[in-house]
Amino acid sequence: MYGGGYVFCEPDVHGQPDDPERLAEFEARIDRGEKIEPQDWMPYEYRRQLIRLIEQHAHSEIMGALPEGAWITRAPGFKRKLALIAKVQDEVGHAQLLYSAAETLGKSRADMVNDLLSGKSKYSNVFNYPAKTWADVTVIGFLIDAAAIVNQVANSKGSYGPYCRALERICYEESFHLKQGYDAFVALATGTKRQREMLQDAINRWYRPIIHFFGPPDNESVHSKQLMRWKVKMASNDEMRNQFLDAYVPKVLELGLTFPDPELRKDPQTGRWHYGDPDWAEFYRVINGDGPCNAERLSARRLAEENGRWIRQAIMNPQQKFTIPFA
Amino acid sequence: MNPIVELITKLGDDAFILGHRHSEWTGLGPILEEDIAMSSMAQDKIGHALALYTILHEQFGGPDPDTIGFLRNEKEFRCCHLVEYPNGEYDFTLVRHFLFDHAELLRYQLLRQSTFAPLARFAAKVMGELKYHVLHADSLMQRLALGNEESHARLQASLTEAFPLAAGIFEKSPYEDQLIAEGVFAGEALLQQQWLKEIEQRVQAWDLHLPEAREPLAGLGGRYGYHTPYLQPLLDELTSVFRSEENASW
Repeated sequence: MYGGGYVFCEPDVHGQPDDPERLAEFEARIDRGEKIEPQDWMPYEYRRQLIRLIEQHAHSEIMGALPEGAWITRAPGFKRKLALIAKVQDEVGHAQLLYSAAETLGKSRADMVNDLLSGKSKYSNVFNYPAKTWADVTVIGFLIDAAAIVNQVANSKGSYGPYCRALERICYEESFHLKQGYDAFVALATGTKRQREMLQDAINRWYRPIIHFFGPPDNESVHSKQLMRWKVKMASNDEMRNQFLDAYVPKVLELGLTFPDPELRKDPQTGRWHYGDPDWAEFYRVINGDGPCNAERLSARRLAEENGRWIRQAIMNPQQKFTIPFA
Repeated sequence: MNPIVELITKLGDDAFILGHRHSEWTGLGPILEEDIAMSSMAQDKIGHALALYTILHEQFGGPDPDTIGFLRNEKEFRCCHLVEYPNGEYDFTLVRHFLFDHAELLRYQLLRQSTFAPLARFAAKVMGELKYHVLHADSLMQRLALGNEESHARLQASLTEAFPLAAGIFEKSPYEDQLIAEGVFAGEALLQQQWLKEIEQRVQAWDLHLPEAREPLAGLGGRYGYHTPYLQPLLDELTSVFRSEENASW
């Protein structure tokens, strides 16, 4: 998981203007489909927006570990327990990969983590909703991972080399999560009456955050034109949302489950999905810190950071030298 | 109880409960790299429990592994007290992991010679994983013991707390003599002796010390179904979803 619904920053009017010749050369490289590498020249704004994007993605992975991670100790049976630990572990591994990719642009992991904890950096809204039952874990594992894959596959074709390479591996692992998520989802959908009710309830609660996942509609997204030109943003929010609905709504309906949106339907003429008003004001409230679990998630992360500080300090001890290899 | 069943049950229960404790760190570890390492070991341990419960199921007609893991009562578990203790801070988790995994590696080295073939086969397989568990424990213990004043003090405090409990790993089974006589397992006394040598040597090199033996019964009882107050709440949580719907498949 878990890209999606990125919020890019306002263009920095105080930034240094870029050398027009180098900018033209840079844009020509992107047009030719070349990848930009850390040592290459890049526009100020490109670097800034990429740091923001990759950092948000990394934060989403580490924060995304929390709602599902809380169910590891309760996962029913060996198969689900092992799969869930492996999955959440993968997410933490993705955070590690992504922080490293962002570091190539000049911001340290510690600075990124501090900005997360202070609330300056954002992460995906979906993780600010509660995972109330085991069924929520299956909905996250199936539908939210599926949504994240749509987003990440698009991003993996972007222009920044380190990010693309991290995403290739991430997408590979995500597609496995999706299989596990779907398997657990189907087990409930085809299970007892109570299991089905539990699943339907989870879908009802997660529907809106999933619609929000890809971010506001295109007509509300600001300044994405230049970012698309530079292949930082690879597909429009509405395009990705439509692609997701097209692939996954039928899979849910065919299990006899429903979505809590009477307006949800595909227009046979245009092939576009129509959905009821998902209350975008809620999206902005949550991204700005006022969601059902923002405070809880951040305090869990903060506690983990604080509890781990003594270890980080001890292993950074520059006096320590180990010459004998451990392995 | 069949002596081999008793032996495999305690091995499986140790791995299951410690794996569960390790997995409580997933997503909350002190550094991303440690978070990932601890989650790997959690999966390995829980995987070992699954493999051992599968032996019980296949060789001795026991119930399926999920039933063994998720539907037994607290009294039927045979894990030692050390693995039941809450994670505490990372120092306790690490010291426990260090003490336990050294014993585990040596135990399976002995079990490779077991006359009970399924256990000998499992031992050979599991050694490859345990080698890395020990490597992880040793390398982090060393770095933290020699890191700075705080990390050294923390490891010493946790070692002082955990070391007496580790005696429970080697609590003799009621069938000890029979298992040794039949060549199933070389016995807890020998294992403890080998283990102490490994631990002492390392602890000394890292400028830590083992506490004087105090309470001779500390850490004992687990192998006979007498547990710490921490096990029942762990099992309540572990089995809460599984038990919430009878005859359901998840």
